[in-house]
Amino acid sequence: MRRDYLVHGALLAALLVAHFLLPAYHHGVMARVMVLACFAIGYNVLFGYTGLLSLGHALFFAAGMYGAGMPMHLWGTGPGAAFAMGVLAATLVALVVGALALRTAGVAFMIVTLMFAQAGYLALLLASRWTGGDQGIVIAQAQRQLWSIDLSAEGPRYLAALVLFGVCLIASLALMRSRRGRVLIAIRENEERARLLGYDTFAMKLMAVTLSGTFAGVAGAGYGILFGYVGASFATVQYSIYPLLWVLLGGAGTILGPFLGTLFMYYLVDTASDLTSAYLLVVGVVLILLTLFAPGGIGGELRRRLWRAMP
Amino acid sequence: MPKTPILRPEDTIHSPSRRAALRTLGAGGAAAATLPLWARYAGAQSAAPIRLGFEMHATGIGAAYGRWYERTSIAAVKAINAAGGINGREVVMVTEDDGTDPKRAAEVVEKFATQHKVDLAFGTLFSNVVMAAAPRAGELKMPYFVVSEGHHVASGKLNRWTVQPGITDVKSQVLAMAPFVAGNLGKKVTMIYPDYAFGYDHRDNFPPAMKAHGGEVIAQIAIPPTETSFTKYFAKIPRETEVIYHVLVGPAVLTFVKEMGEFFGPSRPEIFGFIDSIEAVDLNSPGLEFLEGTYFWEGNPRYAQKDQTAFDKAYRKAVGVDDNGASVADPKDVSTYAHMFGCWETLYIIKQGMEAAGYKDAGDRQKLIEAVEEIGKIPASDQHPQGDKVFNGKTHQVFGHQYVSKVAKGRLDVVHTSTIEDGMYPDEVDYTTQSF
Repeated sequence: MRRDYLVHGALLAALLVAHFLLPAYHHGVMARVMVLACFAIGYNVLFGYTGLLSLGHALFFAAGMYGAGMPMHLWGTGPGAAFAMGVLAATLVALVVGALALRTAGVAFMIVTLMFAQAGYLALLLASRWTGGDQGIVIAQAQRQLWSIDLSAEGPRYLAALVLFGVCLIASLALMRSRRGRVLIAIRENEERARLLGYDTFAMKLMAVTLSGTFAGVAGAGYGILFGYVGASFATVQYSIYPLLWVLLGGAGTILGPFLGTLFMYYLVDTASDLTSAYLLVVGVVLILLTLFAPGGIGGELRRRLWRAMP
Repeated sequence: MPKTPILRPEDTIHSPSRRAALRTLGAGGAAAATLPLWARYAGAQSAAPIRLGFEMHATGIGAAYGRWYERTSIAAVKAINAAGGINGREVVMVTEDDGTDPKRAAEVVEKFATQHKVDLAFGTLFSNVVMAAAPRAGELKMPYFVVSEGHHVASGKLNRWTVQPGITDVKSQVLAMAPFVAGNLGKKVTMIYPDYAFGYDHRDNFPPAMKAHGGEVIAQIAIPPTETSFTKYFAKIPRETEVIYHVLVGPAVLTFVKEMGEFFGPSRPEIFGFIDSIEAVDLNSPGLEFLEGTYFWEGNPRYAQKDQTAFDKAYRKAVGVDDNGASVADPKDVSTYAHMFGCWETLYIIKQGMEAAGYKDAGDRQKLIEAVEEIGKIPASDQHPQGDKVFNGKTHQVFGHQYVSKVAKGRLDVVHTSTIEDGMYPDEVDYTTQSF
């Protein structure tokens, strides 16, 4: 088997072992981190590999979350079907947003995606009769049973998060190892040249937005089902910034980066808040230092120092 | 803005903060330093402190509330410890900031249960934060005492582990205001409220209550949450309006009041609002002159009244609030007086419940909830300075008196106190039938 698949498989194996070893608190944290890392993986496909900076990814995350949560809440749909509906909703939203937003580029693309996300957030508030508005929806524990497995229990939740993360991680690796993935990287490096070589860059970028939104939808649907809450706060601009930070910290354009960034950021906030009430200041300073001294993020440093061919 | 706290966790070894608690408990040497303290609780079956997780809105939109919720809770814990603790055991408060963020709140609840290993969590205010965190508290089977005003508890959306025994919910408050508005201010009301769930509790509950008292809501104006200017909405207020009912929260409130004053000038209808609009805001701030002669709902009167009870007097002193509702250390640091009593009263309900349940450790959490469900009548006292209350064990929601105050000479004077029954409504859930 190729080395890159072995290394990433080893991470998944380590996370499986961690399931049996981690203390309760860190076990719960890791489950969250794995689900959120799927969101970051999606963001990385678009930002890290295709070079498109979106400020509207909260919309795709929320589409997945509400796409799964609302059928469960309104119609009593089971978690399996609801998850599929959530992912489908995110894919469709990403396709439509991508088709419109990709008519712009650069700063305009950022602004258009931001506006779409803001419109989505306000729509969730305005449709409060169905979405629960700013209060959101609680998905009852009894509803979160898949084939008699209680997804709200610590063990199954962790393993479900690991499955989601594993699928997203390997899928993103396979994508970037594929011909299409290389075209995305070519677009990031020089879109004009890629077009000159005969590639339909619009179609490829649309594919990247759609796939990126799908990953975000997996995370959103998974998060809602596994943690039992679907809320409009997840559609705010803050949740468009988070994946950007996670990817930048972890290493844009590396497969492991999104996971490393999400994990690092979680423990940075958690540890800093234990030490001082001014923890947000600490977090800000650390982020600035990392950006200054490790601009490639953690993954970028690993690639530079340990494994130059790291995907 | 001055933020000098009057009571910091570090001020008392009886009620350390999370950091102080961890320091105290983690460091072996600290045990010797606190020997007299331990000795005081030596009579209890277990000398280990009871650990209460305080989920604080220290940052984010709820920070002004969080600051005062913390001060009130510290004062209550200090008073409880001074009187011998709970079941003869010291109480320590472990504080975590949830950033007023639903996602973080659920994480904080997990942290309380699995890392800090607290006996229970309490103190959450914002509805969306409660909604996100309560399911985790339920899954972790950890009692979750919220101080939120939200109708989410009594509506049945949450679970058996979540209770709200220290403050009434918005639905109850709204219902209790209708008799006063219809009887004293006018029959034709225009409502102005934020266009999200907090506003919808008002939108949905006030019109039928007005109708029941011979009044009528003739217009409802929802303000989008992102709005920063309000003049265009005032034009929608019907001419025959006799009373404007407003409830807004957030940074735009001052602009709202100022623009409302400019719009109406000297000839205005009666104006009734919820104090949430100006909670933690000095009533004498520039631009608020227009509020003179208008009315506010208050959960607890900010200004000490002529007939102030001894309970309120003692409570103010313990928390460090002067007769104007501001910090004794800084008269410009106005408290969230209408709400923060909920933390004080919640902590005494926890004490009452734990003592009734013979609470020893986390294994008795279920007994604690069952004991709280049995509480029923709560007479006004030093422990419950806001007034008498009735706790409904089925809906996990407390009911109490509401106050209407009129702005006169830059202060709020109570002109009406509702009965507890004014705010009651049929049960929407029976949590006691749910399994733990």
